[in-house]
Amino acid sequence: MSRKGFIALALAVALLPLALTNNYTYDVAILVGLNAIVCIGLNLLIGYAGQISLGHAGFFGLGAYGSAILAARYGWPPLAALASATVAVSIIAWIIGKPVLRLKGHYLAMATLGLGIIVSVVLATEDRITGGPDGMAVPPLSIAGFVIQGEKLWYWIVAAVLLGTVWLALNLIDSPRGRAWRALHGSEVAAGAIGIDPARHKLAAFVLSAALAAGAGALTAHYSGFITPSKASFLHSIELVTMVVFGGMASTFGAVVGAAILTTLPQFLTVFKEYEMVLLGAVMMLTMIFMPQGLVPTLEKALAAARRKPR
Amino acid sequence: MSAQLVQFLLAGLTLGAIYALVALGFAIIYNASHVINFAQGEFVMIGGMAAAAFVDTGLPLPLAAAAAIACATLVGFLLEKLAVEPARNASVVTLIIITIGASILLRGLASLVWDKKIHALPAFSGEAPISIGGATLLPQTLWVLGATVLTVVALWWFFNRTLTGKAILAVSHNRLAAQLMGISVRRVLLVSFGLSAALGALAGILIAPISFTSWDIGVMLGLKGFAAAILGGLGSGPGAIAGGLALGLIEALGAGYLSSAYKDVFAFVIILGALVFLPNGLAGRRTTERV
Repeated sequence: MSRKGFIALALAVALLPLALTNNYTYDVAILVGLNAIVCIGLNLLIGYAGQISLGHAGFFGLGAYGSAILAARYGWPPLAALASATVAVSIIAWIIGKPVLRLKGHYLAMATLGLGIIVSVVLATEDRITGGPDGMAVPPLSIAGFVIQGEKLWYWIVAAVLLGTVWLALNLIDSPRGRAWRALHGSEVAAGAIGIDPARHKLAAFVLSAALAAGAGALTAHYSGFITPSKASFLHSIELVTMVVFGGMASTFGAVVGAAILTTLPQFLTVFKEYEMVLLGAVMMLTMIFMPQGLVPTLEKALAAARRKPR
Repeated sequence: MSAQLVQFLLAGLTLGAIYALVALGFAIIYNASHVINFAQGEFVMIGGMAAAAFVDTGLPLPLAAAAAIACATLVGFLLEKLAVEPARNASVVTLIIITIGASILLRGLASLVWDKKIHALPAFSGEAPISIGGATLLPQTLWVLGATVLTVVALWWFFNRTLTGKAILAVSHNRLAAQLMGISVRRVLLVSFGLSAALGALAGILIAPISFTSWDIGVMLGLKGFAAAILGGLGSGPGAIAGGLALGLIEALGAGYLSSAYKDVFAFVIILGALVFLPNGLAGRRTTERV
């Protein structure tokens, strides 16, 4: 299933440019890819390891601003800035994750939410370094003097990173690490009894998801050339979690589908202008009420049921 | 005590009383249904905005306030019936997204029904400040504190002395056992959502003359209320009140003495610190996990 799914996804990504007619549609496709990378990581944490995070936009923002500040203010080569920011955020996540992941359920939700808000307020307030609420300009990505610009080139870069992330996630899920995560999700006590260290495995999922968010954040900053603190806001954290749950928890392809639908949906909703928020809220509520499992698992179940039925 | 400190403490208590009312709303809904209602802040917004709108139509303030609370209670009932009850068996994350979806929907509706401007209610009994030890006290502050104390006493009476209140407590302890005793769980859920909505709306009306109200104030108030409820220990009434007051005082003192730009951050930093040492909040019971 997962190999077939991967090939299907790779084909879809390779053929999609045939349907992308202008720079705007390329732009939306790139944003979908970047969000999908974050969601795949977040899905490992929420869907597989069973730990909620309402603050992942904080890591996204830290990665974006970290890379932007190193490149713009200190003149680092963008690629080095991007890598250093991602590593730095991973270390921060590791330090924070240790005490925070001892919390459970709603208390963990509160702690991660608080972390996200702290990051977004700091980014908006320290305006001498970050440019404040107005945001800051970010130099474009360049490799050995060659500046990466233009939507078409970026599409293929993001596509490659996305496929790499999907491949990594699919392999992780079926590795001992992934099995340990799923065992933890089932029951922490039972997992501990068979020799799985809950703290260590939860921390691994947390750090990996934070690193993916930070990396995607840094890529987003260099791609769009401009970054504002809203990318680190509570609302963006919620958008990311909604993408994961909408697509289907514990489904890597679900995370990609969720990111694709919920990134493109607002582009259509802008037609409705002042009704945009009402519609977005209604869509979130209705899909979660009628498909609490998320889109991809619900479809899979329906497909399996249809197959079992004798003709 | 310096006048400045008194001033900050008064501001903190006022803010804390509002947070306490919102946190109580979180606690009541959590106890009855184990749902964290992220739309709680929108009840505060609806209370303030509806009251301001009713006053604009010429209704006297007490009537406008009562009508606004009734509106919010109705929204609370609808939220329970239309969104929470159909998703009874959904996971924690799914329910969080449903209530956040509801809060976005309500915010969008508020900007359509009313507008995106800032509104104010007139102070309940004039604006002439009272002087205490060099600090100035607005009469509205007394209204906020007095009404909060009265509400807490009334809630205590409701939960300990009335059959409906005791039914809610019974459901929060053991839903199945309560059902077997003939308590209608559906009614309990409905009442607790309505009650929480009314508490939120009351908070919104009390604070509107001081800090004004607009369609988007619900987000931060809701998050602070959730933080207060968590700080006190989820589901604990006294914990929610203590958490709310503590949060208000931290915020006012932090904004006054350290930095007003970071006023929203102090509360969350303290909560993170508190959670690391008290993973179940100030008044939270130590729980053992059943396998």
